[in-house]
Amino acid sequence: MGLVSKYYKQSATYKIFKGVSGLFVEFLDTLGKLSETGYHLLICLFKYKIDKKELLEQCERFGVSSLPITLSIVAMTSVIIASQVALEMVKQGGGNFIGMMMTILIVRELAVIMSGFAIISMIGSSLASEIATMRVTEQIDAIKVLKVDPIAHLFIPRVLSGIIMMPFVTIIASMVGVLAGAITSDVFAGLSYRAYFDSAWLGVYMKDLWVSLLKAVFFGGTIALISCTCGYFASGGAKGVGLATTKAVVWSFVAIVIWDMLFAIAFFF
Amino acid sequence: MSIKVENLIKKFGKKTVIDNVSFEVQDGETLAIVGFSGSGKSTILKLISGLIEKDNGEIITSDGDIAMVFQYSALFDSLNVADNISFALRERKDLRAKYTQEEIDDIVNQKLELVGLKGIEKLYPAELSGGMQKRVSFARAIVTNPNTILYDEPTAGLDPISSTLIEDYIVRLKEQTNAASIVVTHQMSTITRTADRVIMLYDGKIVFEGTPDQLLKQDTPYTKQFVTASLEGPMQMQS
Repeated sequence: MGLVSKYYKQSATYKIFKGVSGLFVEFLDTLGKLSETGYHLLICLFKYKIDKKELLEQCERFGVSSLPITLSIVAMTSVIIASQVALEMVKQGGGNFIGMMMTILIVRELAVIMSGFAIISMIGSSLASEIATMRVTEQIDAIKVLKVDPIAHLFIPRVLSGIIMMPFVTIIASMVGVLAGAITSDVFAGLSYRAYFDSAWLGVYMKDLWVSLLKAVFFGGTIALISCTCGYFASGGAKGVGLATTKAVVWSFVAIVIWDMLFAIAFFF
Repeated sequence: MSIKVENLIKKFGKKTVIDNVSFEVQDGETLAIVGFSGSGKSTILKLISGLIEKDNGEIITSDGDIAMVFQYSALFDSLNVADNISFALRERKDLRAKYTQEEIDDIVNQKLELVGLKGIEKLYPAELSGGMQKRVSFARAIVTNPNTILYDEPTAGLDPISSTLIEDYIVRLKEQTNAASIVVTHQMSTITRTADRVIMLYDGKIVFEGTPDQLLKQDTPYTKQFVTASLEGPMQMQS
């Protein structure tokens, strides 16, 4: 029996099963912690006064500091897509629809999801490591002993800044993305700016804009909440800070893809 | 009575870290808790300060604030010294509306003067030495005039002169605030210079209780082993 068990534990099936079940347990654990901090945060929002100075600082961090990288990523993705598609569409006689196609793609999906990915990498990781460092250096314990609620103090300005700033980032990213598509279509397929922008708004409705902004609100809040929560429950020194940061990045990516899928089903199915 | 601990039990998993511990600390008295690393000393402070939940027993403290000075100071590194010290006054719901900015500045200056560090309000923790950080954490801890002060290894990692300075501040704070204090330490100078009474923990239990002089007399196998720092004796460290 022992020998069978030993060989079974070395098998690929066992290792895959162990890996998947471990991931599932971690997912449930993170979900539990998120519910705990999310619920506590909601109560704190009604109980505590918002520190406006701290909120402004966090908004600057979330929205302004991240902008160069976010816009670069959205612009480059637009360039990649437009350069691959524009020439083919012109060849097939669909040149007049390039602007429309790019705008739908950018406004509905690309701007918000690529901004989300960029903000997870830049801001989410930094939020998680900052709060995790505070945890392992007993700064969060010090906040508690001083009778200040650490979730109110740390989470409120960070999560609110995510909710407030993400829509602005998305709007700017959408404009930059559409513009990058126009320039690329002109350079690669010789499509005039006029032809591009004439069709750009044909397929975009108000619903697309507000769904995109609503998505941005959910993405911003989710990224900030997951990052703060992963940092808050960190333990075990430098290694713990690293693990918390990795967790924050991975689960934020997973969460915004899940949100995106739910939004697609709810509004465009 | 300022702190009364009765039949306190705390387990982490299956391991009992604090096993039926009872003691009292009066106002204006300093109790030193000594013992090997991992004997449960810091856990007692975390239980008293409410950072962790007890499994059984009673912890009764007088009304008022409990302050804690952490082993590695735990200063907020994104805030300067003045903001660190005034943190509770600015952020605590019950204190926020009570003080004007001028009053907060005055209190910060008073507390800094008390720990001998006037004029460093604008510096950040990273710009201070270990001893100065510890003194700033003292100032932060006493900003709300607590009647219970807990010190977690206040002199660990400091040079002998800085240690003496910190020990003097512990005594001075006790005299000025009449607070009940608990000092977790394994440094002999801190025990003899600050404590009125000493309890020794081993394996989560109290194995000695007495004055610093009684500890130094080495009348029991436990005190003998602790004072002589011997490997031979009833206390064995887990390897």
